[in-house]
Amino acid sequence: MQLFPGGSSKVFTRNNESRRSLTPYLLLLPGMAWLAIFFIIPFFSLFLTSLMAPAGESVLDGYKTAFQISNYFNAFSEYWPEFAKSLLYAASATLLALLIGYPLAYHIALRAGRWRNLMLVLIIAPFFASYLVRTYAWKTILADDSLITTALNAMHLLPQDRLLNTPIAVIAGISYNFLPFMILPLYASLERVDPRFLEASKDLYANPVRTFTKVTLPLSMPGVVSGTLLTFIPAMGDFINASLLGSTKDKMIGNVINSQFVIVRDYPQASALSFLLMSIILVIVFFYIRRAGTEDLV
Amino acid sequence: MSTLIWWLGKKATAIYAVLALSYMMLPIVIVIALSFNKPPGRQNTQFSEFSFDAWTNICRDPTICGAVGESIRIALIATLAATILGTMIAFALVRHHFRGRTSTNLLIFLPMATPEVVLGTSLLALFLNMAFIPLGFWTILIAHIMFTTSFVVVAVKARLAGLDPRLEQAAMDLYADERTTFRYITFPLALPGIAGAALLAFSLSFDDFIITNFNSGTTVTFPMYVWGAAQRGIPPQVNVIATIFFVGSLLLVLIAQLIGSKRVKK
Repeated sequence: MQLFPGGSSKVFTRNNESRRSLTPYLLLLPGMAWLAIFFIIPFFSLFLTSLMAPAGESVLDGYKTAFQISNYFNAFSEYWPEFAKSLLYAASATLLALLIGYPLAYHIALRAGRWRNLMLVLIIAPFFASYLVRTYAWKTILADDSLITTALNAMHLLPQDRLLNTPIAVIAGISYNFLPFMILPLYASLERVDPRFLEASKDLYANPVRTFTKVTLPLSMPGVVSGTLLTFIPAMGDFINASLLGSTKDKMIGNVINSQFVIVRDYPQASALSFLLMSIILVIVFFYIRRAGTEDLV
Repeated sequence: MSTLIWWLGKKATAIYAVLALSYMMLPIVIVIALSFNKPPGRQNTQFSEFSFDAWTNICRDPTICGAVGESIRIALIATLAATILGTMIAFALVRHHFRGRTSTNLLIFLPMATPEVVLGTSLLALFLNMAFIPLGFWTILIAHIMFTTSFVVVAVKARLAGLDPRLEQAAMDLYADERTTFRYITFPLALPGIAGAALLAFSLSFDDFIITNFNSGTTVTFPMYVWGAAQRGIPPQVNVIATIFFVGSLLLVLIAQLIGSKRVKK
């Protein structure tokens, strides 16, 4: 039993040691109990609810415990387009955030010098501006008569002649909102890159492009994997961007789950959708991590 | 000309960084600018007329200030609880060896890696099945403590892992017992990390919409108010509150950074 790694724990008596071995469990107990009751058990509740059947003729009669697996088939067959759209929007937004975030993380980690801390504060600054209000501000940026819409329209680049209330606006909003989740892990892994590796590569006559693709990028892969996951997972479940910036045709699965739970009150259907969403994400994450081959994500 | 191109190449990442950071700040600048706007109709998306109206009449619609008060109440209690629970877990993880460390780490990580819709709906399913807990203030509080605790653990853990274990060893070599070492060495050193974690927990709780929306019943928090108003257009007062909150938390972060860097210099 060691209290501090490499510390002088041997001086303690046996009696002391057995008391100390209980300490970590006492420290863990309240927090872990909270998470067990309000994070783990709710999943069972969600699963239970997803299999319920209506108790009477109308929604107002409530639901009774049953084993109605058909809830899942109905949920998927009715709402698979929303699942597909969520996947498409979340994946595009993640890719966009990676492209925007990587060079920025690179600069902050390897080149920013004394500006580094200021830039890091600016990266987390959006977190302090209300999510809903800053998403709402994108309505101004993407409005029909805004600078960017007019410019893109002049070049005939917009398929619907506008940005607001299109999938492009939804993707732009999502990638903006989750950008810090992409940049921070990227920064953390780039910051750990030993500059001597880059110098060694240069000494061996590799040009900057080769140094980047053969040294910097492979070394930053753990950051790329965790950054893309931290962006993709919340993006899959988001419905704020689709509601505020998209049209009614751009609804994501989060919109459906929200309205089924809060407005329609079809709890079994909504629970089934929520459970399906989580399962789909778990499967994607599993295969993604296996392909990327990174285990030390946490 | 060639020197200009050479200079641009050398500074390419710096120029990009400035552009990318401006892009990240742009919506915030708009939020702040529109707090000084006097919109002609309900939609506050175009700048029409400069005015301090919204700043001098923040509570013109009393439901806004009621909602902000509700959010602050919830965020304060949730922050206190999550900071205590999370700091205890972080100390156990960094300062103790015990069986079940891997599963503990996993249980801490999972809530952060679960989409908020899933967290919110599964909690709602729990509350619906246990009909004796009515949706409202308490269910929001339970949810907020649940999802902010993990973030506190991560933030405090990072600070503790960065501490030099030799400082504690030195105290113990000087015959300080475990409790004295904790009180005079470990805890003061960990305090900036704990304060940072509390600030993070507060802003996560204050800003949460998705989880709250499922578990709020009829209780209206600030994000809930904004969501309801967004359909007809949000009043500039909302921008004022967002601006105050943004500037306030940024100032706290900057002050913490300054104190931190001064300590290092000593």
